[in-house]
Parts: sequence; C-alpha cells; structure tokens
Amino acid sequence: MSRIKSTFASLKANNKKALIPYITAGDPHPNFTVEMMHAMVASGADMIELGVPFSDPMADGPVIQRASERALAHKVGLRKVLALVQEFRVNDDNTPVILMGYANPIEAMGIAQFAANAKAVGVDGVLTVDYPPEESEAVIAELGKHDIDSIFLLSPTTEAKRIDLVVKQATGFLYYVSLKGVTGAANLDVEEVKGRVAAIRKQTHLPVGVGFGVKDAATAKSVAAFADAVVVGSRTVLTIEQSSEEDLIANISALIQELRTAID
Amino acid sequence: MQLYDMPDERGHFGQFGGSFVAETLVEALDELRVMYEKYRHDPEFLAEYAYDLKHFVGRPSPIYHAQRWSDKVGGAQIYLKREDLNHTGAHKVNNTIGQALLAKRMGKPRVIAETGAGQHGVATATIAARLGLECVVYMGSEDVKRQAPNVFRMKLLGATVVPVESGSKTLKDALNEAMRDWVTNISDTFYIIGTVAGPHPYPMMVRDFQAVIGVEAKAQMQEMVGRQPDAVVACVGGGSNAMGIFYPYIDVPNVRLIGVEAAGHGLETGKHAAPLSTDSAVGVLHGNRTYLMQDQDGNIIETHSISAGLDYPGVGPEHAWLKDIKRAEYVGITDDEAMSAFHGLCRTEGIIPALETSHALAHAEKMAKSMRKDEIILVNLSGRGDKDINTVAQLANITL
Repeated sequence: MSRIKSTFASLKANNKKALIPYITAGDPHPNFTVEMMHAMVASGADMIELGVPFSDPMADGPVIQRASERALAHKVGLRKVLALVQEFRVNDDNTPVILMGYANPIEAMGIAQFAANAKAVGVDGVLTVDYPPEESEAVIAELGKHDIDSIFLLSPTTEAKRIDLVVKQATGFLYYVSLKGVTGAANLDVEEVKGRVAAIRKQTHLPVGVGFGVKDAATAKSVAAFADAVVVGSRTVLTIEQSSEEDLIANISALIQELRTAID
Repeated sequence: MQLYDMPDERGHFGQFGGSFVAETLVEALDELRVMYEKYRHDPEFLAEYAYDLKHFVGRPSPIYHAQRWSDKVGGAQIYLKREDLNHTGAHKVNNTIGQALLAKRMGKPRVIAETGAGQHGVATATIAARLGLECVVYMGSEDVKRQAPNVFRMKLLGATVVPVESGSKTLKDALNEAMRDWVTNISDTFYIIGTVAGPHPYPMMVRDFQAVIGVEAKAQMQEMVGRQPDAVVACVGGGSNAMGIFYPYIDVPNVRLIGVEAAGHGLETGKHAAPLSTDSAVGVLHGNRTYLMQDQDGNIIETHSISAGLDYPGVGPEHAWLKDIKRAEYVGITDDEAMSAFHGLCRTEGIIPALETSHALAHAEKMAKSMRKDEIILVNLSGRGDKDINTVAQLANITL
C-alpha cells in the first residue's frame, strides 16, 4: 500500500483528519528544508506538500511567489528538491511527501526520468498545477509505473461532468481549491466549500482535501469537520517569511501544533 | 484551397500548443472556445468586425514599394505592408477589436491585457473605450519605464495600468499577473491576449484575427506586381504579426516565410530573446508547449532585447510547428543591426518604424543584398516607432 493510502487509512481508523502543510523547498534557504519537514511531522503534520520553486508561478499569490524567488536565489530547482526529499527519507520512512509545482521543470528533466528519480528518492505523490487531466496522459502513465500518485485539483468552477473526468485519472486524493483565484487570495466560505465537497464525494471514493484560503486554526477546524485533509500553504509560508533564522523552527512547530489541536 | 489545417481540436500543432492551465481556468477557457467556435464563421459577427477594421482602423493598410531604400541596399525590391498606418499605430488593434467584440457578446464588462511595448495595451485600451468596457493593463515595471509614451496613452484612454514588479519585470511577468487577475475575476472578465501564445484557443484565435494582414497582402501584391513575393519577412516576439502575414501564405508554394527574432547583444552571448534561432528546449509556459529559453532546471531565463515587444522567452506554438516542419525559417537580428535599419528607413523613406519591426527590416536588408533586382521581399511593417523615440534618444545620448 502506498504511503498516502495507508496514512489516510490509519487516520480514518482513528477518526482523525489529515493535516498537510505546504512549504516551498529551499525557502528561506535549502539548509532549513529538511529540518523544517521533520519539525512539522513532530508537531502533527500527517503529510508534507513540498513546493518545487519555479520562475513563473502563475497560479500562486504574492506570498508563495516570494517563497519561490527566495528559493531560486539559492539555485534550488527540481534536482535539488529531489535531493532534499532523499535527505528527509534518511530519518523518516513513513510520512508521505507530495511535490507540488509547475510542468516545465518536469518537462526539462523529461517525464520518464522525473518519475524514476522521484521514486528513487521517496516521493509519494505529484500535483502539477498546469498539467490538467487532458494534457496528463504521459505523466500519469510514467508516475503510475512507479506507484506515485497523480493528484489533481478541483475548483469551484469544475462542473459535475468534468469532476467525473478528473476523478477517473486521479489517485491518492483529490485537492479541492476552495476559492476562485490564486493561492492565499482570501478567506474561504466554509458553507459553500462544504456543499461542494459533499457533491464531489458523490462521484468518488478517494479522500478529498481542501486548500487555498485556509488562513487560521478556526478555518482549519471548520474545514476538517467535513474534509479528509486540510492543506495549509500561504499561512505556513508567511510564518517562514516573518521568522528570523533563529526562530524559524520554533515558529513553524508552534503553527503546526496550533492547527493540529484545532482540527482534532 | 487551404490544405494546411492546424491546430487540432484541442489546440495542438503537432507536439506544440495545447492547454496547460490550472483547473481554475479550465471552465473559462472552455466557455471562450465554445463562443469563439460559435462566432468565428458567424456572418453578423464577421460583418461587425470588418466594419470596424475599415472605418475605425482604416483598413486595408497599403503596401508600399520602398524604392529608394531598395536601391540603396542594392538587390531585391523591398515592399512594406503598412500596419504602422493602422489606428493606434500597429497591427495589434486587428486582434483587440476581434476579442473585444467577442467579450461584448459574452457579456463581460471588464477586459484585461498584458503588454510589453505597450502597443497591445494601447490597442486594448482603445477598443475598450470605444465599446465602454472597463480596462486593466498589466505591464512589467521595466517596460513602464522604457515605453512611457504608451503608458500615458493608455491612461488617456481611461485604462488602469498596473506595473508588475515580479520576476524580470517584463512581458512574461505581465502575462503571469494578467493570468492571476483572470483566475480571480473570471465571471466578469475577458482576458485579451495580445499574441499567438497562451492556452488554446488563443494562439488560433489571435492568428485568425491577424490573418487579415496576409489576406490583404496576397490580393495587393497580385494587383501591384502581378505575382506573390519571393520572401515574406516579419519580426517574432510571441509572433502575432508574423503569424498574421504568414498564415495565408502557408499553402502558397515558393514563398519563403522568415521570422526574425531578437538576437539582443548576439546569439552567442546568451543575452537575447531568440528561442527559435538558438537550440532552446521544448517546454511548457503560459498555457502552451513550445520552444523556451530556460535553464537546466526548467526555470525561464531572463531575456534581452532593445525592443520591449520582442523581449519574451517563448514563442507562439504555431511558429514552433512551422519551424519543425520547415515551412518557415527563423533567424536572429542584434540590437545594433536593428538600430541601423531603423535609421536607414527613417532617412531614405520617411518612415519611422518600431524597434520591433526594425529587426525584420534589418534582415530584409541582409537578404536583399544577395538577391536579384527583380526578386521581391515583402516585410510586415508591424508598427510605427513614435513610442520608441525615448529609447533611441537615450542610445544617442540625447535628452528630449
């Protein structure tokens, strides 16, 4: 069983929801990434979404754009991100790691090569913002060869017919983008998201995670009441941005603990 | 008969093109695709478009035989398709009118655009004013500085100009920001993309609206000289003016199609914006697969060109396709070569061309020298150079 599947299974058995924080690999400096990942797991994260820095992050708001720029300033690209995952796996063989990023770094490495490299270092899932299902045949096939999950986004504008198309291709879990716009844009409308998630569940047995717009513990708590996973991105990255190097690990740990407590 | 039939139903030109966008944009693109399919052959829509091209833009634009310049260069005869004489001063308006009429039919009260040199921004602001649409234009802060006259024009026309400070602060970053706006305001906003890039259906739709250039040119050349040119030359940033004049010629045998990219400081220096005339890798950016200037990790590298309109790391997917099937050739012209052609045309013909266009002129000049006097080169004179006078003055150390 894949790490993502078994994590969701054991959470369900304990009647808990998944907490998935996002950080951009290499932000603020690649030396901190692995330490931060371990600290987040110790503080209650169930999976980690690791952003691959990209020069043109079109779907991201200013907070994650700046994180990408900070990481790129230290020359952190896809090859370095894979090396960081490998380093993380030395001391953690259980926590699923999901790479989130854009198509071009994968294209540059070559889709088949990327899938093989990702498997070798212990990546469990890949979410590529600008590979919609229609353009994903090759990448799903290559990732599938290595049992890596292909995670897809569903948005407030995705219609029922299209949800069908997406869920047929998706593995691992579905990621519901809770608002129109870029990452971190606004606060989500909990009631609306609840209705949407209920509708999605009628079309799939896969777990459904919710992200984009989970800005505080209270929102995380209300989302966890109906979703299988809560993804917290811009809020985590903002904490990194506002921390000094000395406070970084302590601040991130405190944030994750606060979110954990709220959703349990 | 048109034998060439691209793109396929999902916007692919062979391996290029397609629709590589986040899920949040898919529905809006589907809506656009359906509406464009509905109207692209609709007689009423086309009549309205044709009326505006004639009475608002001043089409057809003439073809002019640059005789004195041809004599001075010594060789082939150079003809100019005068898109610089269009209202707003460039070919861009052909496309913005088409898209704005579509926006109106789709009931979108707000239009947004990205712009590099500012010509597309001005053309969008112009048609938005004429149709009473709210208009927001994203422009790299670097370009806001070097294209100040166009920024002022957009403001006069009632548009809001948003300087973009992220990334390299040029055209590609303006496009990123416009995409972010669109995804946030999708229900009331139409994104008017200015070049033959972006996700499907944009490369096809922009090409179709710009094809009026080539359609006119074919008829005009027949009328003027009784035959078609030996070569058609146009500058390529994203590639809309080139696609517009190339497209109707793709099926015409014996007409060479030559796209001219910005070689900046020189192709060998790496400081250029010429993905097709160098060995760039294929990748995905701004919603389509094409040749891209990028590093080993797939990050887009900063480009350089004296002309803001050519300063783009990618190129429209149909150009990538035409290169691969060897129907079109792509070459680079440096900043210095472009400047020299710019001054040449000013002094011998009394036409101040845009710096973008000057790249095409410089290559035509190079080619003409080794061609016979009875051979013909048709250059798409895509825009006028009034917007560039600050840049040119600065290069000559002149304060205006």
